[in-house]
Amino acid sequence: MNFTLKIWRQRDAKSQGAFETYKVTDISADTSFLEMMDILNNNLIHEGKEPVAFDHDCREGICGMCSMHINGHAHGPSQAVTTCQMYMRKFKDGSTITIEPWRSAAFPVIRDLVVDRGAYDKILQAGGFISVRTNSVPDGNAIPIPKKDADESMDAAACVGCGACAATCKNGSAMLFVAARVSSLAKLPQGRVEGARRAKAMVAKMDELGFGNCTNTGACQAQCPKSISIAHIARLNREFLAAKLQD
Amino acid sequence: MSCFLTNSSVGKKLVMSISGCFLVLFILFHMSMNLTVLFSREAYNLICEFLGANWYALAGTAVLAFGVAVHFIYAFILTINNYRARGKQRYAVTVQEKGVSWASKNMLVLGIIVVLGLGIHLIHFWSKMQLVEVMHSQFALGIDANGAEFTVHPANGALLMAYTFSKWYNVVIYLVWFAALWFHLTHGVWSMFQSAGFANDTWYPRLKCLANIVATLIFLGFAVVAVVCFLKSGDYIAEMVNWTPGL
Amino acid sequence: MAYKLDAKTPAGELAQKWSNHKAAIKVVSPANKRKLDIIVVGTGLGGASAAASLGELGYNVKIFCISDSPRRAHSIAAQGGINAAKNYQNDNDSIYRLFYDTIKGGDYRAREANVYRLAEVSNLIIDQCVAQGVPFAREYGGLLANRSFGGAQVSRTFYARGQTGQQLLLGAYAALNKEIAAGSVKSYPRHEMLDIVIENGEACGIIARNLVTGEIERHGAHAVVIATGGYGNVFFLSTNAMASNGSAAFQCYRKGAGFANPCFTQIHPTCIPVHGTQQSKLTLMSESLRNDGRIWVPKKMEDVEAIRKGTKLPSEIAEEDRDYYLERRYPAFGNLVPRDVASRAAKERCDAGFGVNETGLAVFIDFKTAIERLGKDVIKQRYGNLFDMYEEITDVNPYEQPMQIFPAVHYTMGGIWVDYNLMTTIPGLYAIGEANFSDHGANRLGASALMQGLADGYFVLPYTIGDYLAKKIQAPKVKTDTAAFDEAEKGVRARIERLFAIKGNQSVDDIHKRLGLIMWDNVGMARTKESLEKAIVEIQALRKEFYADLKLVGDNESFNVELEKALRLEDFLELGELMARDALNREESCGGHFRSEHQTEDGEALRHDDKFAYAAVWEYKGIDNVPEMTIEPLEYEFVHRAQRNYKD
Repeated sequence: MNFTLKIWRQRDAKSQGAFETYKVTDISADTSFLEMMDILNNNLIHEGKEPVAFDHDCREGICGMCSMHINGHAHGPSQAVTTCQMYMRKFKDGSTITIEPWRSAAFPVIRDLVVDRGAYDKILQAGGFISVRTNSVPDGNAIPIPKKDADESMDAAACVGCGACAATCKNGSAMLFVAARVSSLAKLPQGRVEGARRAKAMVAKMDELGFGNCTNTGACQAQCPKSISIAHIARLNREFLAAKLQD
Repeated sequence: MSCFLTNSSVGKKLVMSISGCFLVLFILFHMSMNLTVLFSREAYNLICEFLGANWYALAGTAVLAFGVAVHFIYAFILTINNYRARGKQRYAVTVQEKGVSWASKNMLVLGIIVVLGLGIHLIHFWSKMQLVEVMHSQFALGIDANGAEFTVHPANGALLMAYTFSKWYNVVIYLVWFAALWFHLTHGVWSMFQSAGFANDTWYPRLKCLANIVATLIFLGFAVVAVVCFLKSGDYIAEMVNWTPGL
Repeated sequence: MAYKLDAKTPAGELAQKWSNHKAAIKVVSPANKRKLDIIVVGTGLGGASAAASLGELGYNVKIFCISDSPRRAHSIAAQGGINAAKNYQNDNDSIYRLFYDTIKGGDYRAREANVYRLAEVSNLIIDQCVAQGVPFAREYGGLLANRSFGGAQVSRTFYARGQTGQQLLLGAYAALNKEIAAGSVKSYPRHEMLDIVIENGEACGIIARNLVTGEIERHGAHAVVIATGGYGNVFFLSTNAMASNGSAAFQCYRKGAGFANPCFTQIHPTCIPVHGTQQSKLTLMSESLRNDGRIWVPKKMEDVEAIRKGTKLPSEIAEEDRDYYLERRYPAFGNLVPRDVASRAAKERCDAGFGVNETGLAVFIDFKTAIERLGKDVIKQRYGNLFDMYEEITDVNPYEQPMQIFPAVHYTMGGIWVDYNLMTTIPGLYAIGEANFSDHGANRLGASALMQGLADGYFVLPYTIGDYLAKKIQAPKVKTDTAAFDEAEKGVRARIERLFAIKGNQSVDDIHKRLGLIMWDNVGMARTKESLEKAIVEIQALRKEFYADLKLVGDNESFNVELEKALRLEDFLELGELMARDALNREESCGGHFRSEHQTEDGEALRHDDKFAYAAVWEYKGIDNVPEMTIEPLEYEFVHRAQRNYKD
């Protein structure tokens, strides 16, 4: 298969970026999208040009590192997968593919397709944890947790922190990410203890870092590689509002 | 004033939710009231008379105006925030995500159309009815079907309505307005539950169904009055032209 | 000068060793902890849990990771689960049984006391993780659920769907975040350690490169902890993440830390086969598939050829024409034999010509029987996400056709040599998790890597490091303007400049792929004297080529992934040779290390306990010099070494 690639190139955060067009040829349909990028990069290196910088690591859809906006879709046109799990057979032979970095004010571009998602770490540092000391805990089976709650907690905990939600949202809102963490811990008895504090602190940090406001479009859920539901956003709203009303 | 309703994203959304909910309830009431005109013009005027001539109706109007203003101002604040959060560099390619409604991404535009329609509506009716009464004038100015000017009592809403909708262009303007409102409500009604935290995966289909029912009811309720008034404008005007208040 | 290795294994009964040791080692008072700095390199399960626990204790901790967030570490990709001797299933599990299974699974090449301690703290890990909010799978009664894994006859694996590693890492990462928020831990993401700094024979800091700006930074500390995982990527194709590397560990080796058992590599039996030359990495399918999947190849060569040509579908092969070779060879454990055994059996069939894809390097894992027995829905519930993933990658529906799998490099049991305190041969330098060599011997059991990372980080290192730091309470802050730091930084800069100056014709990947092939063909699943000698010669030649013909674009002063890769490959080119040397030295087969000259009549691994019951610890002697080997004898006081038997 052959493709024309329109890729965003930008040397660093301060530089102006622009699209550049490349061609790749003889790509097997079984090649993954990132392998196709590897091939392009190897060609560029042999031509003495700098390869396209892009984030990637595990290539199994779990580390959350890959972050490309492909033909208008976060992670590409397939549903519920990360970029690394996209295969070239999903694209039409001979077509042009536009590849952009995540675009969100809170995710500045570092280089080409690489963005800085440090804001997500900062939100979690604000309260995305349960304050337990190592070794100062009861037996694992001391508190039974209904299977349904544990499952729901796990649904939310599947978030890989890739940033697709904020990158997709027309408002640049990180609500799905924040909600996934808040909701996951809120569904567990051990997480309830700090529930109010957590919701308030994480929302405050999210707002401070310049993310937008959720307008319930559901685009985040549609593009989330882990299909995390906006029901978690409703739970975050509930947690936050209940906490605030008690202040 | 620093309060979560003004300084947090979730709080601001709650304000949108509550003000929106209030406006929906008002619209439902207004629609029900309008429907009486189909059955009895006299009865409709009785309601107008009852509502227009006392202080609590005025207070109600003020509250209503406040609700509209809050909903409108917050919408702008949120949209400006959101626009900034999206960043300076926009995507070159965007798509409509699967399962994301068009209305949800265009609430501001729809809202602006609704507000413009509201302005026209206020000029058509409120300025000639409640405003006139507040200004202690006795009569509102009207024009009959033949183009002759005459004065009517401010509570003679049925006549005013029949007269306004006797013009086809008014009917078209109002139908466009109602359509915009329909779109706005299909997203707004379920969204207000989500923002207030009362939603989950089980309830999304129900809430979205409810939203569609409410939006459609409101559209039909208003539209049928406008259309019937247009079709029967001659009869209605003849019937109501000599009406005098009974209270 | 050979090492004087002192494992510092405490005396006493096996079950008492750890408690005795904890009672005997020194502790640092809270007031003094505040004055002490610790650097932790790597933020996977080991690094994150250690940094969080050390920060909590009051030390000043700096953490470094190469990715954009600590949460990306490759621990996140572990699917199946984590072992613990809780005996929640009432199936007669115990600390001793977990200890015994691990020692046996490791083919008796691990240190008894370390493994027992690992089993002992395994239960605490589960408690800790539950309290942190890890959503482990639960039964309807609300209690924790378990599943079975290879090499064990009890059900002791705790899991969170197919994402156990992710959930445990998010737990440790959350603990880390708590400490970052509290100010006791400072995080340096997108930073790579390029050298360890040694002063007066003790570790006192690192040189790190800021991967965004290219700045070379100095960081001093009273102790340095290496938690950077394994070096499986020396093979280019492996299940490791693309950025996983052996460089931090290798710098320690270069500066004098002993490297133990480098040849012990785990080849995981259930990976998606290689599809072509453009492939960048191999995707692991969870070991849990072997709970219900049956592994086979056709009995008849004409069927193999028909499948390769595509004229016959695998589902069309009649039951009697299928060779379920694991069930045939190992009736007692069947498809659930340990990983090394399953991998070798697959290789044996493919070597005999029965490989089922066009490259001849694949076998089937089939769910037909399981679907008939349990129904499609049950199978979907258990493995749905894995099946979807497989279909996404291969375009084959595993509900209708068997999956193709083949072994792939997965984990490295070898690593930096550490004593019972997890300290390397360099005082003040510690190694934890996959980066050290300690607990898995010659083969690691499934669901034990997560256990070891967290055991080291939460429950071992925070105690044992105090024993060393207690001597440092009078020491001032480490100065980074000393000659040792100057020299280390100069060395790093010279290394980088040298690579840019080559200006050859081959990209990093071109050379890395060739190294991978040399390693896989000669130092892979089966090794011989000839293949290993050949590998050493070829790697040396390739290394020369690297220094003569590398094409490196860009510059140091910017975000430059090629430079990162080139530096890592430079280390792999030496590490690969070290692995081959170690494999050449170990003239026996054990666990993941299979020397074709040393096998039983049935083709099983044949150990020589009389000669090789030791850990081989290598000391760096310069790039083109042969390293010196010191042995740490592995004395078994409590367990009787036996030939591993998974047949009956």
